[in-house]
Amino acid sequence: MTAPLVIAENLTKRFDDITAVDSVDFEIHPGESFGFLGPNGAGKTSTMRMIATVSPVTSGTLSVFGLDPAADGRQIRGRLGVVPQEDNLDLELTVAENLYIYGRYHDMARPKIKDKIEELLDFAELTARRDSQVEALSGGMKRRLTIARALINEPDLVILDEPTTGLDPQARHLLWDRLYRLKQQGATLIISTHYMDEAEQLCDRLVVMDKAKIVAEGSPRALIEEYAPREVVELRIHNGMEAAIEQLVKLAPRIEPLADRVLVYTDDADRTLKEVHDQGIVTDSALVRRSTLEDVFLRITGRALID
Amino acid sequence: MAVVAPIRVLEAQYRTYRRTWRGSVISTFLQPVLFLTAIGVGLGTLVDDGAGTSTLPIAYLAFLATGILPATAMQTGSSDGAWPVMAGFKWRKDYYATIATPITVRDLILGRFGFAAIRLTFVLTIYTIIMALFDAVPLWPGVLGIPPAVLTGLVFTALVTAFTCTLENEIGLANLFRFGIVPLFLFSGTFFPVSQLPDWLEPLAPLTPLYHGVELVRKLVLSDLEAPLVSGTSMWVHLAYLLVVLVIGTALAIRFLDRKLLV
Repeated sequence: MTAPLVIAENLTKRFDDITAVDSVDFEIHPGESFGFLGPNGAGKTSTMRMIATVSPVTSGTLSVFGLDPAADGRQIRGRLGVVPQEDNLDLELTVAENLYIYGRYHDMARPKIKDKIEELLDFAELTARRDSQVEALSGGMKRRLTIARALINEPDLVILDEPTTGLDPQARHLLWDRLYRLKQQGATLIISTHYMDEAEQLCDRLVVMDKAKIVAEGSPRALIEEYAPREVVELRIHNGMEAAIEQLVKLAPRIEPLADRVLVYTDDADRTLKEVHDQGIVTDSALVRRSTLEDVFLRITGRALID
Repeated sequence: MAVVAPIRVLEAQYRTYRRTWRGSVISTFLQPVLFLTAIGVGLGTLVDDGAGTSTLPIAYLAFLATGILPATAMQTGSSDGAWPVMAGFKWRKDYYATIATPITVRDLILGRFGFAAIRLTFVLTIYTIIMALFDAVPLWPGVLGIPPAVLTGLVFTALVTAFTCTLENEIGLANLFRFGIVPLFLFSGTFFPVSQLPDWLEPLAPLTPLYHGVELVRKLVLSDLEAPLVSGTSMWVHLAYLLVVLVIGTALAIRFLDRKLLV
């Protein structure tokens, strides 16, 4: 087995009196797509910034490509592609110029950059917009350009911080498709997200972060199997919520009352749903679905991922 | 890589400037023209006709033009270190994009300053040509004023960049120009010799970089000028002062931007 690309041991980041990342351990292997799942403020971005060598490690150790981020930042960054949470493209320049400048920052030769630009424009479906000013692009296009820009140096590791936050569903799916293609080509990806469907779609393995700590680790499937029964019945109950909860507790091994609905975890949703009705519990609506990472998160932290 | 990296930044700056220069060009050239017309020609005629002849051995227009040259450099240089820098780390955040690559904060600063020097040279050359067209100072020795004026501008780029990197928002920038740059513009010998300042204010002038820039330009371009219109200080002292402040300002700019970006 080849050496991990990233190794973190007791990795900690503190800002004045806030601990943003609290003694976390993880390894990221070549070719895998590794996720950080957690709510805003969980420490995902801080962790990724340390890997990207733009945030000094407070304590613990971190190695990227076997190098030390504090000493070999320039070398490490030369092999990274970084997609930040907020697009920071040069709005006054054209699509192609943005890619060109990044190629130059990576000290690539001009002919090589030219070839790469055509390839990336095609990948990002921006060939028709190559000479448009970035300012005029849609949010989805800007995001795709930011990703294309991060790929100009053919990085060994691509860091994506909440790649689809703020995009409409259609733009999101196109982006997922592109990232999936990247994964198929063997790229190593680090993705942070607070969308569980994104983590399920894109990550081979992930860690769940909450309040600066890693609270669970595994593949999306393994995490769901470990932490949540197979199926969920979501019940919306308008009147008599409290009474209903008392009855539901007897029906299922675990229930999770939320503000507007109750989640009933079960291995057989149909049977549970039937029992609910047999008990005479009046529901406004009932929805049966498979467990997701959201349920895993709820189970571990007792809170919903997005509130 | 360490050597070429700042040049990569300079290259990127040039590409952006190629698309944005139109926005700044009018204000850059219009201001010196307005000053030369209003104060140099208008007020200068009064100065030269009146008591001014007894103190000024040259036309007031020539005296003023050689002051406006480094003062323009100061304003251009200061602006370069103010809003674009705040945009870089706060509004557009393009600095974060730059330092995500092999480029370091040091490369970023050096590349920016390198491009600022080129832009200053361009602006001040045009200005020198305008000076000649106004019959203020002939092209030769007028061009001798360009290098010291560029140096003066760069000193302000460095100092203002360092200052901007300590700010959270643009209020501090407005105050810097209101209470820093404008008084310097008025009281560093640009419009009248520093010897005319009130006695308590006069010793303060040599502390400011613009004073040294103005002195250096005048001593090079108007070589006949004598005290009290210029000081008796050696040109080497002015040059050394400006170089030292440039080095300190650059070091501070690198350190403060580092602190801002790499958190």
